[in-house]
Amino acid sequence: MDLLLRGITHRYGATEVLSGIDLAVSEGEIVCIIGPSGCGKSTLLRFIGGLERPDEGEVLLSGPVPSGSLNPLTYVFQDFALLPWRSVEANVSLVLEDHPLSAAEREEIVADVLERTGLSDFRKALPRQLSGGMKQRVAIARALSVRPAVMLMDEPLSALDSQTRELLMDDLVALWQRERFTACYVTHNLAEAVRLGHRIVVLSRRPGRIRTIVEIDRDLGAREAGDPKLDAVQRELWQLLRDEARAADREIADDVA
Amino acid sequence: MTSLDQMSGGRATGESEASSETLRPVPYRGGGFRPVPIRLIGPLVFLAIIALWEAGSRSGVISNLVLPAPSEAFEAFSYLVESGQLWRHLSASLQRLVIGWTLGTALGIAVGLGIGLFSLARAGLLPLVSALFPIPKIALLPLFVIWFGIGEGSKVATILFGSFFPTVIATYGGVDNVDRTLVRMGQSFGLSWWSIVRKIILPGAMPAILSGCRISASIGIILLVAAEMIGAEYGVGAYILMAGSLFATDQLLAGVAILSVLGLIVSWLIGRLERWLLAWRG
Repeated sequence: MDLLLRGITHRYGATEVLSGIDLAVSEGEIVCIIGPSGCGKSTLLRFIGGLERPDEGEVLLSGPVPSGSLNPLTYVFQDFALLPWRSVEANVSLVLEDHPLSAAEREEIVADVLERTGLSDFRKALPRQLSGGMKQRVAIARALSVRPAVMLMDEPLSALDSQTRELLMDDLVALWQRERFTACYVTHNLAEAVRLGHRIVVLSRRPGRIRTIVEIDRDLGAREAGDPKLDAVQRELWQLLRDEARAADREIADDVA
Repeated sequence: MTSLDQMSGGRATGESEASSETLRPVPYRGGGFRPVPIRLIGPLVFLAIIALWEAGSRSGVISNLVLPAPSEAFEAFSYLVESGQLWRHLSASLQRLVIGWTLGTALGIAVGLGIGLFSLARAGLLPLVSALFPIPKIALLPLFVIWFGIGEGSKVATILFGSFFPTVIATYGGVDNVDRTLVRMGQSFGLSWWSIVRKIILPGAMPAILSGCRISASIGIILLVAAEMIGAEYGVGAYILMAGSLFATDQLLAGVAILSVLGLIVSWLIGRLERWLLAWRG
């Protein structure tokens, strides 16, 4: 299943936040979206998943929804969005309870995704007992349980410390190598984008427009810290973003989410 | 030698230089602002006050006309137990309290959820709730008697109305405070509206609803006496009012003590409920 964005434009009140975004995401690739703060990258992701509607333009799906996918467009949120009153397994089973599955099938899916994300020993734990990294692993397990066609990841590692972030990036790379999932990955962290993105979409500051799309044709598994080519790409991206980031930093915020 | 070693060497010499001058500990400025539970102090305070009071009454410092001794109040209470009247009064009051409070709380949660979830309900009902909440329900008692009869109806209605409004306000406040990212999460996974309300909104609002219950239960007990002012033969409130009009202050104190214990028991029960329902907060 592919994703197609056509002429997405959006305003909050008088402020235009996104302007004329055209983008295609094809199956099996990770597209990273980067840009200075307030450029509307998270808003764009909410449009893609249908949580908000753009003023102009449309988000289209092409190709059949993969069979067995319970929730084709599935988010992973920055702040994990786990229910604090539910244990790890109950948090995963929450998103399966509304689907016509037998209790045994549900249990099988929960056990499977917890196994795949290395959480089997934490089934009964409550979110408050887990570290940030483990919480995000639970959120990823929950996302996987509905067999998404496209994962919409909204700064999934931004709430984590840098060491945990490294570990989770390794996990995501390993996961992609196994499952070849499709993802839109919003981040402000250039190292994450360079490590995980097949393509990197650079947005300008408000109103967000696509400035450029950088392609990195190195296999995710072969990307390592200190790779001169990746470093060069990261430097290039920073060159592109620095002035924008500075200008965005000096803007006076009004009520733009 | 690595650069790290050199740095630590540098620190060591710095320390020896400092030690030649006067060394003083850093003054401690943290601590406090964190009350810790101390067992037994509460009951001890109670006992001490009662003992002082009893001593005062016996020695004649406190006149019997002004305040009867605790032992006299206890005697009145013993008589109540022996004559079998206690259970009669208590069961009548408990019945009114349980029915009125349960109905009031259930309706309050339902209306509070409505106000929390629907714009129309909020626009229509919130001003009404805000206007009716501060009315002392005691003032409405004669109206309740006309509307619901002089029997149990008016008494239950008083307690019902008294516990309804605080529950509405606590519930819609709790719903407003539920983390919207959790709701977005539910929507993004395609959960049904009812699932979101039942599994995300309601548990998220539960802490606020339970503290609302604490308040409404106390209001219920306060209103019990008011509700039993008119046309009640039995009930702790009726007993207190009767004792009051006869200036039987020992009986009055016994009745008040029963209400106080009732309040403590209800508060303890809600505490248990909180510990069970809100175990996830740790």
